[in-house]
Amino acid sequence: MSDFFLTTVLTFDASVRICVPLIFASMAGLFAERAGVVDIGLEGKLLMSAFIAASAASVFGSPWLGLIAGMFASSVLAMIHGFASITYKGNQIVSGVAINILASGLTMILTLAWFKRGGITPTLQNDERFLSITLPGVDIIDHIPIIGVIYRELISGHNILVYLAFVIVPIVWWVVYRTRFGLRLRAVGENPKAVDTAGLSVEGLRYRALLVGGILCGIGGAYISTAYTAQFTKEMTAGAGFIALAALIFGKWHPYKVLAACFLFAFLQALSIRLQGVVFPVIGEIPVQLIDAAPYILTIILLAGFIGKAVPPKASAQPYIKEL
Amino acid sequence: MTKSNIAIELINVDKHFGAVHANDKVNLSVETGTIHGIVGENGAGKSTLMSILYGFYQADSGQIKVFDKDFRATSSKQSIEAGIGMVHQHFMLVENFTVLENVILGSEGGALITESLANARIELTRLAKEYGLEVELDIAVEELSVGMQQRVEILKGLYKGAKVLILDEPTGVLTPQESDELFRIFEALKNEGVTIILITHKLREIMNITDHVSVMRAGKMVAHRETSKTNPEELAELMIGRKVLLNIKKSKAKIGKPLLVAKNLEINNEQGLKRVSEVSFEARSGEILGIAGVTGNGQGTLLKALAGILPLTKGTIEIMGETISPKSRLNPEQLRNLGVAHVPEDRQKMGMIAEFSASETALMGYQNDKDLNQGIWLKKSLVKANCASIMEAFDVRPPNPNLMSSNFSGGNQQKLILAREFERDPEVLIIGQPTRGVDIGAIEFIRKRIIQMRDAGKAIVLISVELEEIMSLSDRIIVMCDGIITGTVNGADADEATLGMMMANALESPAEAKGAEI
Repeated sequence: MSDFFLTTVLTFDASVRICVPLIFASMAGLFAERAGVVDIGLEGKLLMSAFIAASAASVFGSPWLGLIAGMFASSVLAMIHGFASITYKGNQIVSGVAINILASGLTMILTLAWFKRGGITPTLQNDERFLSITLPGVDIIDHIPIIGVIYRELISGHNILVYLAFVIVPIVWWVVYRTRFGLRLRAVGENPKAVDTAGLSVEGLRYRALLVGGILCGIGGAYISTAYTAQFTKEMTAGAGFIALAALIFGKWHPYKVLAACFLFAFLQALSIRLQGVVFPVIGEIPVQLIDAAPYILTIILLAGFIGKAVPPKASAQPYIKEL
Repeated sequence: MTKSNIAIELINVDKHFGAVHANDKVNLSVETGTIHGIVGENGAGKSTLMSILYGFYQADSGQIKVFDKDFRATSSKQSIEAGIGMVHQHFMLVENFTVLENVILGSEGGALITESLANARIELTRLAKEYGLEVELDIAVEELSVGMQQRVEILKGLYKGAKVLILDEPTGVLTPQESDELFRIFEALKNEGVTIILITHKLREIMNITDHVSVMRAGKMVAHRETSKTNPEELAELMIGRKVLLNIKKSKAKIGKPLLVAKNLEINNEQGLKRVSEVSFEARSGEILGIAGVTGNGQGTLLKALAGILPLTKGTIEIMGETISPKSRLNPEQLRNLGVAHVPEDRQKMGMIAEFSASETALMGYQNDKDLNQGIWLKKSLVKANCASIMEAFDVRPPNPNLMSSNFSGGNQQKLILAREFERDPEVLIIGQPTRGVDIGAIEFIRKRIIQMRDAGKAIVLISVELEEIMSLSDRIIVMCDGIITGTVNGADADEATLGMMMANALESPAEAKGAEI
C-alpha cells in the first residue's frame, strides 16, 4: 500500500516536471491567440530557446545567462512570426510552420558550426544549470505521514523554473482579466475593428502579445535543456509545443483551465513512462503509445463538440486589414 | 459669434482609392448644436468622408477644422481627443465584453481596470440619466438587441467626450419604433449642445429630424440646404442628378390561383436552431406577397426553405403541383426546373461568385441546362451570348459578359442576378432584399421589373427589411417577428406604425390585425 502511495506521488512529481514547458508554452500561446494570432510555432520557439539557452549556459557558464539568451532567441522568432503575419498579413499557420522548420534546421546546423557535434551541445556542469531547491522544513515535516512524503517528493526539490511556472499562471490570469493591457488584448482577438476605432493600434497590441509569448516560450525552452536535462539534444522538445497548443484549446484559452489541461497531459505522459513494459493481469501490456496520443485524441474529441465546446477568439487567424 | 459656432469645417477635402475618386474637393460646414444630415447614394462618398473625419483614412489633400482648430488625424485617437465620436453602420463592439468593458476600451484611465470600471459606472449612470440612454451595464453586448447595442455605441462616444457625433446609417437595423426612440435621443443630445452628423439614404429621416442637409453625388458635395426649405423630391433629384419616381405606380392586381401554399412551416437554420414556426401563407398568381420584419426574425431562414436550400422540420409547401415536406425535399435545382426562381438575400455570398465572370454568374444555378451543354462541355459562346442578351434586357452596365463579377457596382450585380432569374420566365419568384445596397436609379428600375412580373401573372414572394419597399410593392403583407407571423395586412391598408408594432410583436390584440386577412 505504501509502495503504491509512493509510486503515485512520484508519478505526480514526474508530471510536475513534464508540465513546466507545457505551462510556459501554453501561456505564450494564450497571449498570442487571445490577441488573434494563431501560434503554431510554439514548438519551434521552445526548441530554439532550448538550444540557445544550453549553448549560452555552456559558453558563459551561467544558467541565468542561458535563460536570458533563450528568451531572446525565442522572442526573435516571435517577432519574425509577427513581421510575416501582422505587418505583412501573411497566413499565420504558414508562418508558424515556417518557424518550426526554421528552428529544427537551424539548431542542427548551429550545433555543428559551434560545437562540431551533430545535434547536441556540451553537457552542462552543475553550476551551469538550474538545480533543485530543497524547501525549508523538509526534515521537520518529513515525520508526518503522507503529508511528509508529499512535501518532500512533490512540493520540495524542484528547480526555480518549476516554481516560476506555477506562479506565472495566476499572473497571466491577472494580466489578462485585470489590466488595461489584458482588456485590449482580449478585445483585439475578438474584434480588432473595435480596437482600431477606439484609437488603439491593432498591430502594436498584437506585436506586444507575441513578444510576451516569445519571452514565456523562451523560459520553457531554457527549462528543457538547462533544468530538466543538462544538454541540448536534437528535437528534444518532442512535440511539447504542440501538446501545449492542444492544452490551450482543451483549456479553452483560460489560464487556469489551460493549467489543468497541461497537468492532465503531463500526467498522461508520466504515466506512459511509468507503465512502459509493465504487464497487467488480464489486460497484458499497456500500449503506451496510446497514452502518448491521448492529449491529441482528447483535444479532437473536444473540438468535435463531445466535451463542451471550444470557441476560439473570434478574430483568431485573421490578419487585420483596415477597411470599412 | 464670428466663426465660433462652426463645429466641423471641411475645405477641399480630396481622397482617391486607386482609380476611384471617392471624395472630390468636398466642402462642408456643420454648425455646433445642430443635426446635420448627409445624404447620397451608395458609393457617393459619404462614409469615406466621415471616415476621414474619424481618422480611419487620411485625406490626400484639403483642410479640416474642428472647433476652429486645424485638424489632421492619422488614427481615430486624435479624432476622439478632438471630441469626435462615431457610430458605425456595423457596430464596433466586442461582443463577449460587457457594456461597461466596451465603453472603457481605449479610454481606461489607468493600467488596472477595476478602478476604471468603477469610475465608468458612475459616469455612465449619469450620462444615461441625462440623455435617456438607459442600458444594463453588466450584460454581455451579444445579449443585447440591436437597438440597445446602438445605445452602447452612442454612450461610448459620449463617455469619450464626444461633442460631435457621427452616425452612419443608424436606422438600417432598427424597427420604426426604435428609430423614433433614437431620434428622441438625438433631440436630447442636441439640447445639450452635442452636434450630430447623420449619414443616411432615407429621405424621410432627413426631413423629420435634421436642421441642415448636404447632398453628395459621385464623390462631390452637390448641395447644401436648410431642411425646412427643401423637400424629398428635390433631395432625391440632387442625389441622382435627375428626376426619379419614388413611388412606382402600379395597376390593381389581377389575382389568380395560388401557386405556392405553405402550411405550418417549421424550419431550422444552418446551425440547427429553430428560426421559423407555425408559418402558413399563400402566394397567388398576379400578386406580390411582402414579408416584412426586422433583420434576423426568421425571414431569411424562410426564404432559404422556400428556395430548397434548407429542409423543413414540420409542415408542407405545395408549389407548382409538387409537395415539399420534411420527408420529401426538392433541391434548388429541381425547384428552378419547376419554374421557381430565387434571388438570394445576400448577393455577394449566395447570388454570385465575385471572381467569376459576368457570364458565369449569369449561368449559376442553370449550369445543367441541356441547351447550354454538349456532353461534358459547356457551350461557352452560347453562355456568353445569353449573358449579353440578359444584360441588355436589364440594362446592366458595362454590358460586358467577360468582366469579373466583382467589378460591377452593387446595383449592376443585383440587376445581373435578377436578370438571370427573371429572364427564365419562372412562375414563382422568391426574392430577398432586391434593392439592398443598390443606388436609387437601379432601385426604381428593379421595382418596375418586379411589378412587370406581377402583371404577367407570376406569384411573387418578396422579403425585405425596407418597410418602404414592402409597402410600395406588396399587394399583401405578412409581418414576422421571432419566427412567427405577427400580422397580415392588405398592401393598400398598410401604415408604417401598425407594421412597426407587428414587427416588434407589440400589437395589443393581434386578432385585430389578422382581421384584415383575406
